[in-house]
Amino acid sequence: MPAVQETVERVKRIDVDQYRYGFETLIESEKAPKGLSEEIVKYISQKKNEPDWMLQWRLEAYRRWLTMQEPTWARVDYPKIDFQDLYYYAAPKPKKTVSSLDEIDPEILKTYEKLGIPLREVAMLEGVEPKPGEEDPARRKIAVDAVFDSVSVATTFKAELKKAGVIFMPISEAIREHPELVQKYLGSVVPTSDNFYATLNSAVFSDGSFVYVPPGVRCPMELSTYFRINERNTGQFERTLIIADKGSYVSYLEGCTAPQRDENQLHAAVVELVALDDAEIKYSTVQNWYPGNSEGKGGIYNFVTKRGDCRGANSKISWTQVETGSAITWKYPSCILRGDNSRGEFYSIAISNGYQQVDSGTKMIHLGKNTSSRIISKGIAAGKSQNTYRGLVTAHRKATGARNFTACDSLLIGDKCGAHTVPYIEAKNSSATFEHEATTSKISEDVLFYCIQRGLSQEEAVGLVVNGFVKDVLQQLPMEFAVEAQKLISISLEGSVG
Amino acid sequence: MNVAVAKTGSGRAVSDLFASAEGRLPGSPDVMAARCEAFETYERLGLPHRRIEEWKYTDLRALVGEVLPLAAVPDATALKRAADAVKAHAIAGARKLVLVDGVFAAELSDVKALASEVGFKTLRETLDKDAGLLKTASTDAVIAVNAALATDGVVLSIADGTQLSAPVQIIHVAIAASASAFTRSQVAIGKGARATIIESFAAAGAAAYQVNDAVIVSIGDDADVAHIRLMDDAADAVNITSQFVTVGANTKLNVFNMTSGAAVSRLQGFITLAGEGSQLSVNGVNLLKKTEHGDTTLVVDHAVPNCVSREIFRAVIDDRAHSVFQGRIIVRPDAQKTDGKMMTRALLLSDEAEADNKPELEIFADDVSCGHGATAGALDDSLLFYLKARGLPEKQAQALLIQAFVGEAIEQIADDTLREHVIGIAERWLERRS
Repeated sequence: MPAVQETVERVKRIDVDQYRYGFETLIESEKAPKGLSEEIVKYISQKKNEPDWMLQWRLEAYRRWLTMQEPTWARVDYPKIDFQDLYYYAAPKPKKTVSSLDEIDPEILKTYEKLGIPLREVAMLEGVEPKPGEEDPARRKIAVDAVFDSVSVATTFKAELKKAGVIFMPISEAIREHPELVQKYLGSVVPTSDNFYATLNSAVFSDGSFVYVPPGVRCPMELSTYFRINERNTGQFERTLIIADKGSYVSYLEGCTAPQRDENQLHAAVVELVALDDAEIKYSTVQNWYPGNSEGKGGIYNFVTKRGDCRGANSKISWTQVETGSAITWKYPSCILRGDNSRGEFYSIAISNGYQQVDSGTKMIHLGKNTSSRIISKGIAAGKSQNTYRGLVTAHRKATGARNFTACDSLLIGDKCGAHTVPYIEAKNSSATFEHEATTSKISEDVLFYCIQRGLSQEEAVGLVVNGFVKDVLQQLPMEFAVEAQKLISISLEGSVG
Repeated sequence: MNVAVAKTGSGRAVSDLFASAEGRLPGSPDVMAARCEAFETYERLGLPHRRIEEWKYTDLRALVGEVLPLAAVPDATALKRAADAVKAHAIAGARKLVLVDGVFAAELSDVKALASEVGFKTLRETLDKDAGLLKTASTDAVIAVNAALATDGVVLSIADGTQLSAPVQIIHVAIAASASAFTRSQVAIGKGARATIIESFAAAGAAAYQVNDAVIVSIGDDADVAHIRLMDDAADAVNITSQFVTVGANTKLNVFNMTSGAAVSRLQGFITLAGEGSQLSVNGVNLLKKTEHGDTTLVVDHAVPNCVSREIFRAVIDDRAHSVFQGRIIVRPDAQKTDGKMMTRALLLSDEAEADNKPELEIFADDVSCGHGATAGALDDSLLFYLKARGLPEKQAQALLIQAFVGEAIEQIADDTLREHVIGIAERWLERRS
């Protein structure tokens, strides 16, 4: 079945030529010399005023990186990256010392305004508390950590979070202020030797967010990081570390954009999540890096390692991602289900257009007893793009009672694009029950039947089910384009292929 | 320049394999040149290992270690022993072509009966004129070493419009222990022909041997073909089979594979749908026990529009066995209106059994309907309980459920006699289990 007209038009609307976040902010910045060496690693560490153990950690990663080779197994095609031709550190030049939020460069504030972060949030970034009665009580507060090139420029609501005991700050500050937590958890999910890009990140990461939610605390608001690459020829390497202690809950959102440029820029982030007993982490991403122009020129190389560790019993980690940007995406948010009865979820919508290449998916590694996981992936390929789902589900010999349900659908619009599915399903004990399917109508037959019974068409019913499914996560996204993302979910699934 | 000589785990130089075989290998100087080239490819690549994506789950370096030297030409006693194995594995009514340790055995084959309907030659005869048979699309190391060392095989041509009155059964019998047999066969089926080709692999008392077989099949338009492979090699043997199949337009092809033996086995099938309107059905069953490792890898390539492909695969895994299924459906940019479905299910009977499934889709056309499903799990407790409540002993209840489980794949075999034969293999496997 070919795709319906409505779907085609909606995808067209997010075509690469219509990238709305491609402007550049003219701002003085401070950069490290081009290239990568031990000196640069030391330079970054020094700029960040880091303790010696952190520098040693970075240097160890750097030495390791020198011995590693770029991975080539993904279905993506790009010219070799010259790692010596990049700037590994760029920061907006401080007017003086940025000690209070009011001193942020107005240009940066304007940037965030232009990016469509609602004005109210800009007020937050400026640190202006809304007057009592002015605030719509129905709207929830969102704390934002804004990362501009290599540094975090502002974190809002720090005080209020502190009251709840939640630590939310740039990781560079956390290294200085909470070294015991950082030392304990940094690299414990994604070790420095994990893979080429993660190791590179370990050596040169400049900033990112750090979250610690103490035992039994339900984080009072959404936490959010907004990443912006602005400088030319700069790689962005941020590192996020989120720890949910026993019985806690946190929901975290991440958004990203970059200016329109002719050259490709590298973004290699690492995200580590740790959920202890009974804790829950919800991590949502709206990835909208510049995808390149309609001829495939420019765009971000998004080579990201994201992994969550359900370390405690009854813990839960849920990944939601809406991928519309980047020239190349190479990203597999994964869950290690170590704790008994832990649960991992992965919901993904990946839309590729123009010459974009997406190779994305997840890994669910079942180690504990009675662990369960769910994977729902929708890939939509248009233009001349290639969209690959690559996923691993594995149950260890001792992971008795492991359960997985996977549904991955792709939709092709036009005959110049490609959609691919590469699932790896490994069952190593007989009580593991794995189901992998590709037919949308099988998501939940009885729910569909119920809807159809009440007069909805099959397609409307599927749309409704899928929408209801990811709704509560998506609705909480702070960025304006979350609305767009939500529209995409309701995209007709007619003509889907496995 | 100082180049280290590539050696196998046991310290034998890899190049010795070819040097010691050279006198045995048929073919004109051209053919020998092609063999040398293929062997160089093999020497360069070595046995496939887990770092090679296509062999991720079947690491031959770890599982097999090295390719054994060629088996000797079978003598009269060997042939006599082979005759018994042939008798045991022959399918009623089929015309047999027997290869013993990689050498065609005319005295055990029905060459005369075949001659009226099928053009037949051995690979040995054909290679004097044609080196083309050694060339295939893939440069896989196991296919390269097969091209280098193939000692014999059958070359069949079924003329346009021929309706075979009986199936052709190619039987591979292993006699020599701790040796390897390399065979390569070709089957060309003409337009509008109707044929059933069966391949059987069996041992006559041999142990720890290795089989490396390649089959190249081309099928013309409007044909109706069944291609059945029954692999029942010795419990400590290795069987690597590569199939290359090209299908013409409006043709029906029904493929079935049964794996019920060998310590390590791999069947890799590359099927290209090259003509519009064809229907392909590929099915298979892996019955594995002890520490057996059975790998089925299928690539179905929809190169043209309007074809239908269906794959049903079942694996029953007991003890510490390991079953692998890798299926890939490729839909080329022009292959609109493709309808491709693939279903793979694994039944784990033991806590130490392992099932790895990798069902892939690679799609470049937008007006298609493709899908795959994969499941893995144990026998359903409630079904077992139901049967036990009705007085069946545990093992018997299990056997009944397993039979039903594999039945779905076996039922796809159209021919009654053949289907019954395959059901018989499954039944005997289940009996041995209990």
